[in-house]
Amino acid sequence: MTLLNVEGLGVKLGGKPVLNHIDLQLNPGEIVTIVGPNGSGKSTLLRAIIGAVRPETGHITQKPGLRLGYVPQKLQIDSTLPITVRRFLDLPRRIAEDEAITALSRVDANELANRPLSGLSGGQFQRVLLARALIGRPELLLLDEPTQGLDQPGSAEFYHLIEELRRELGCAILMVSHELHVVMAASDRVVCLNGHVCCHGTPEHVASAPEYRALFGTGTQGALALYRHEHDHAHDHGHSHE
Amino acid sequence: MSLLDSFLVRATLAGIGVAIAAAPLGCFVVWRRMAFFGDATAHAAILGVALALALDLPIFGGVLVIALAMALFVTWRSASQSVDTALGVASHSALAAGLVAVSFLDGVRIDIEAFLFGDILAVGRTDLVVIWLGALMVAGLLSWRWHALLTATLNEDLASAAGINPKREQLVLTLALAIVVAVAIKVVGALLISAMLIIPAAAARPLAETPERMALFASLIGVLSVVAGLAGAWFLDTPAGPSIVCAAALIFLGVSALRR
Repeated sequence: MTLLNVEGLGVKLGGKPVLNHIDLQLNPGEIVTIVGPNGSGKSTLLRAIIGAVRPETGHITQKPGLRLGYVPQKLQIDSTLPITVRRFLDLPRRIAEDEAITALSRVDANELANRPLSGLSGGQFQRVLLARALIGRPELLLLDEPTQGLDQPGSAEFYHLIEELRRELGCAILMVSHELHVVMAASDRVVCLNGHVCCHGTPEHVASAPEYRALFGTGTQGALALYRHEHDHAHDHGHSHE
Repeated sequence: MSLLDSFLVRATLAGIGVAIAAAPLGCFVVWRRMAFFGDATAHAAILGVALALALDLPIFGGVLVIALAMALFVTWRSASQSVDTALGVASHSALAAGLVAVSFLDGVRIDIEAFLFGDILAVGRTDLVVIWLGALMVAGLLSWRWHALLTATLNEDLASAAGINPKREQLVLTLALAIVVAVAIKVVGALLISAMLIIPAAAARPLAETPERMALFASLIGVLSVVAGLAGAWFLDTPAGPSIVCAAALIFLGVSALRR
């Protein structure tokens, strides 16, 4: 049974169409990665799935009672808000102590429990966000550029952790990523997005698709071309992250 | 003769009521960087005072209506204006309109200064009931929505993913703010309401490592400011409302100096 079914999804932000006719299905236990240039609607798609933006057309259906874990793209903790890692795990509802310990040890962050959230490094912070998303044993994890701001070894480690979690928990993972080389290795399926679904399929299929090459070029599996592409569009923040 | 016959006891109780409602709400104002929002709502309340006087309604009601209208106006402003601009336009227009409207009210001899700077020593028994009902409403609202409010304050998408509507939580805060303004206008006045929201919360920040403790310490600091301010006003013969704010500011300075 599919966990998630997106049918003919269209989303407008500020009157501007951001997503058109998106179809996407997610099955239990699979890792699906969304790639695409800046402003292609990647984050918006995830935000539509969690219900933060309303679809203009189409629908999103979830398996009834789907347990969902979400890691947002960036989370800025205002320095005026004192909060420890442990307290953060208690949002939006208090959890048992052993549940918190389990979640933290899964991401190897046990020693962080009493640290203030605002004092964590980028890598620590991402692991804590992931720990929180793991509470309640999610069937589906949604990760929005989870390795943003991490260096190469840091993000490699992070993707390794995600694969491990999938194996242990059997949860499906839908993530947005910029790191094409890692994505290609770690995903079961790749969806290439640019306002609409340009192409999708196995990593090998997508990497050789003409639509994908048109967006990302052909060199080094597109990784270099992506950076160049991004650079070209540095001025264009068409999609809003709020 | 009951204790409430003393105007000083009534003033202290009124101040404490305002402090325990304003301080936890003030934490959210600080965390969400809504300081100007609080200020603007309070200033606009003067129009509510004028309206209430003109229509012969209770001041509390008039202020509540205008404070809410103002907050909703800003929440649903047109996308082409920044929050800052929308607030500036709305609050100062409302304040000016209120001051002008009051001047038209012949026959009613009112002291507008009492509403700008508060008149805590003139708090009557009815005022006391209104203040405490408002304070309990705000405290109840905040503790009922506490986790949802906190989640939405940290990150709106995180809240959405957990089935919390961040817009609704914003509305809860807006409503709480309108109530605090409505009850506090008599105590510290429209110009100093923001101080009761922000200064105790700011003073509590260095002392706390969780949001709950910050709210608790802010409330205690608020209460302490009221008592110290009124004592100061009594012994030094200074205006009561501003003295309370001065006491809060001194506590803030003291905490900041100790924690550096």
